[in-house]
Amino acid sequence: MKRRQVLIGAASVLGAAACGAPSGTERLRYWNLFGGGDGVRMVELIDAFAASRPDLDFQASTLTWGPPYYTKLSMASAGGRAPDVAILHLARLPSFAPGRLLDPFPRQLLTELGITPENFLPEIWDRCVVDGEVYAIPLDTHPFVMYYNTDLCRQLGLTDANGTLVPLRGADDLVAAWSEAKKLTGGYGLVLDNFGVSPWRLWWTLYRQLDGDLLNADATALVIDDAKALQALDFMRRLSVTDAVAPGQMLLSGAVALFGSGKAAFLFNGEWEVTTFQTQKTPFSMTPFPEVFPGTASAAGIARTQADCHTFVLPHQRDRTVAGTRPALDYVRFMLERSVDWAAGGHVPAWLPATRSPDYLALDPQSRYRDAAATAQLDPPAWFSGSASNMENLAGTAFGAVQAGTLTPEAGLARFKADMQRLIDTPAPV
Amino acid sequence: MAVETPQRAPAETPAPREPGKPRNLTGLWFALPFLLIYAVFMIWPILAGLWSSLFNTSLAGGDVEFLGLGNYAEMARDGAVWDSLWNTAYFTLLSTPPLVLAGLGMALLAHRARRTGWLLRFAFFMPFLLPVTVVALIWLWIYQSDFGLLNAAIEWFGGDPVAWINDERTAMWAVVICTLWWTVGFNFLLYLAALQGIPRELHESAAVDGATPGQRLWRITLPLLRRTTGLVLVLQLIASLKIFDQVYLLNEGNAGPITRPLIQYVYEQGFTSYRIGYASAISYLLFLIIIVVAFAQFKIFSAGRDD
Repeated sequence: MKRRQVLIGAASVLGAAACGAPSGTERLRYWNLFGGGDGVRMVELIDAFAASRPDLDFQASTLTWGPPYYTKLSMASAGGRAPDVAILHLARLPSFAPGRLLDPFPRQLLTELGITPENFLPEIWDRCVVDGEVYAIPLDTHPFVMYYNTDLCRQLGLTDANGTLVPLRGADDLVAAWSEAKKLTGGYGLVLDNFGVSPWRLWWTLYRQLDGDLLNADATALVIDDAKALQALDFMRRLSVTDAVAPGQMLLSGAVALFGSGKAAFLFNGEWEVTTFQTQKTPFSMTPFPEVFPGTASAAGIARTQADCHTFVLPHQRDRTVAGTRPALDYVRFMLERSVDWAAGGHVPAWLPATRSPDYLALDPQSRYRDAAATAQLDPPAWFSGSASNMENLAGTAFGAVQAGTLTPEAGLARFKADMQRLIDTPAPV
Repeated sequence: MAVETPQRAPAETPAPREPGKPRNLTGLWFALPFLLIYAVFMIWPILAGLWSSLFNTSLAGGDVEFLGLGNYAEMARDGAVWDSLWNTAYFTLLSTPPLVLAGLGMALLAHRARRTGWLLRFAFFMPFLLPVTVVALIWLWIYQSDFGLLNAAIEWFGGDPVAWINDERTAMWAVVICTLWWTVGFNFLLYLAALQGIPRELHESAAVDGATPGQRLWRITLPLLRRTTGLVLVLQLIASLKIFDQVYLLNEGNAGPITRPLIQYVYEQGFTSYRIGYASAISYLLFLIIIVVAFAQFKIFSAGRDD
């Protein structure tokens, strides 16, 4: 097997040389961080692309999500020997020094392949453009959503004739529903996790529903609105401490296990757990994150919710050429076209033609929260923000302690503000 | 009969050394491969780290600016450095005594046990062979606040569940207990080897003279284990000061400030925030502490040595 691959490799090099191809066998190296339920879909799509392009020497690597991934990617880019194309969270773009760690997408190739602004939501596309150059191509948006157990909600009388959750709005109505659910399950009404970046996701959702701002435009000053920040934290404390309908010291794995086994009726999490619950045959569906503070939703009735986007980027290579970037762009184009297959794993496609296709609209529950992409609230731009960033982890610690009841909302906010000030004062390393 | 005195081979008498000429270079050639690797992978990184601690070196590349002692000044003001240093010190204080004493106790047990000795040796040493990821996973499920083994036992006896890893009161103990289970086997092994090196005659003659088992333990075994205790203590202190992996893994990569040890703060600054220069400065603080501890320990134990 090995030998045959070597022989084929050698033959194709010879063949290419004989044809006078400029660059021999074209190489395409791709890095991503999808290790969860979405990772399975990614591997299927990678295999499909490899099968469709036997002329390419295509190698895809999946690395551990979070700081390990971003550390490796930034070091490879700093050395100028990075993979040809990679996944990056859109909110992490400022921390990747566009222009130094990332190379811009060649305009003529984007036009040629039809990867143009009108195919994406403007508020997402705008964040991909830095100094007039395109540095990222959005693949999807992944909002924070609410999962619900359809069996338990039916028993609670919270579903309509089709088994869909009736609209729940406002802190009191929501807490009342979760408290009924708690009586039914005997454990929790709602589960969420209180460590890592999840407390940040919840707080940012609530705070943005109140229209609060955190940083000024160039991330040099904290402009937090204490009253709104506390209102959001009070609600978080209410869930796990005052009304105690949700856990205050739960890990993500535990929250997913409890919801998956029907020991809780609701779950707050990103939408990437769809495959997990489908595999476990949990009776469930999903809705956009509820409007906790009434009157704050968009005209379409969808409340603001924390989100980030997976994008494709070109990590910096010393000898990158426009022609050499072509296979990477072909791959990006392929992935955008197969957005519906990707969406089956939970993420909302960024490619607008896909979101309008009947195949996507037929995906249930994946298409139920698609409108949340339009109200997606990404982290404020800064070198220290974005998925798995320092800011998210520090906020997770301060706000997680509020959820656990070990810090008051005031003390949690004070700790978060002190941490933020330290990040702002730190000279940007990018 | 004439006695022939065999002529001594000239090679056997060491030739008088010519001044200024090295005696023998053969040894150096044998050591060279090691010295090369040592220089490339130890000396050079240590010097490079010291060098970059004087600059605002970034993992993301870019222009580098000389800061002088700026990183060290920032470190002095950074509360997170001192909090994590305290966590490291607190862990060392909590973990070192039980790790040394339990290692000794287990070695005494396994040494005495005649029939079950092999089983004890195997059982005591086995956790040490596990990779840290496996250890962290095992204890993560034991400590899980909602359906962990430990809380299930507590609830069975009618107690309230505890968030072992995330409650400020129990978090460090949780790490200490996990570490004790995992690494005590190494100290156990050192003690067991030392125990087996104590001549049996000493115990036999003491027993003949009427010494009780307790007297034999205090007057023969423990004094003869002194040098091993010194070694175990130094190795243990250094290992405890270098704690990182199990805390990082037990917290699923997000230790937060509760149990975050200094090395994790170095990791966060250097790799999550790209601030390699600042991270190098903090590592030098820990390097200095470890050198001082090891040196003090070495002095104390070599000064009191009888031989």
